[in-house]
Amino acid sequence: MLDIAVAYSRYKFLGNEFLTWLWFMIETDQGRLRKYDTDLVSLTVGNRLVLENTRNNAKETVTIKGDNASLEEGLLAITKGAAVTEIHMSYKAGVQTWEFSLKGESLNISNLKLPETGPVETPDDLEGVVLEKVYLVEKVVGLINNLFSHFIHLRVSNNWDSQTASRIRKWATSH
Amino acid sequence: MGLLSSRMSITRYKVTGQLDGSLHETVYQGLKQHAIPKIEDDGPEATVGWTSFETPYSPDFEGYSFVFGANMVFALRIDKKSIPPKLIQKHYALYVAKRLADTGRHYLSGNEKKSIKDHVVNTLVHRIPATPNVYDLVWEYDTASLWFFSNLKAPNEALETLFIKSFNLQLIRLFPYTEANLMAGLSDKERDLLQDIGASRSEE
Repeated sequence: MLDIAVAYSRYKFLGNEFLTWLWFMIETDQGRLRKYDTDLVSLTVGNRLVLENTRNNAKETVTIKGDNASLEEGLLAITKGAAVTEIHMSYKAGVQTWEFSLKGESLNISNLKLPETGPVETPDDLEGVVLEKVYLVEKVVGLINNLFSHFIHLRVSNNWDSQTASRIRKWATSH
Repeated sequence: MGLLSSRMSITRYKVTGQLDGSLHETVYQGLKQHAIPKIEDDGPEATVGWTSFETPYSPDFEGYSFVFGANMVFALRIDKKSIPPKLIQKHYALYVAKRLADTGRHYLSGNEKKSIKDHVVNTLVHRIPATPNVYDLVWEYDTASLWFFSNLKAPNEALETLFIKSFNLQLIRLFPYTEANLMAGLSDKERDLLQDIGASRSEE
């Protein structure tokens, strides 16, 4: 393995491409996402999407915020070569809903809101609540690992550029 | 920020290596040895140590209280003293004025000014109480997975340093390259391809 600090900078584009692919999958192929995660009912873009274009040694950032915001500007940015660097998502599995943000370069999870759990009213309640919270966090971590794993297999395959990347470009330009 | 917060931030790690002997006893000893001191000492600007999840202001790991099912849940605590710059400025000005009056001079050399400033900071550090910051973590030993409930740089660096010191195990932060290499189940051939991969044409 490469030196960790070198690898972080050298491969952060992979995380941004992952989020770009994920947005594309969310908008075009929920069926395949359900195959990747059998508990998934839906995965949707939440209230924040950040894209960055670093072409021509200049950095251009597009931030789309707000519930039900139009994502057209994001698609336009993709056609110009931008990639998603941060995405806020809503994940529904069964009757429960999780909300969280994911950063491309670090794959860090932030702003994670879990489904409601029971309150801690007595010290005896604590263990149950902790185990429930751990289970609920695990669902999101498992989802990310699972999706990233599918993405990276596609990404290192020979037909990434000719098939998947090409479909992403077509999707972005068709709006 | 922690496991019981309504909004959480998580940095994920893979733990490399194995512990010798009884898992819970070994972890207990590591936690006890590197626990944050219960009594605040008047020394350094920052103190870093382990604390318990349930009682973060009074670390207690007795009875393996950090074990929750298959997980170990405890916390990193960083007690930091922050001296307001204006306070330093005030005490510095008072010291300089006193030194000038005592010596009958009209100015001080650069070295004298620096020495006064160091003295002021050292004096104030001893008088100001530290602010505690608590960051929970969940460690599942069997899957070598650890979640740290903060995305901030300094607490993550403190965690990585203290973890290896306490348990002699290394933490590898999971970001795109390490996630691909360690978690995605790539074959050797795919891993080789990963080494040479560049940004997509559309995102270059």
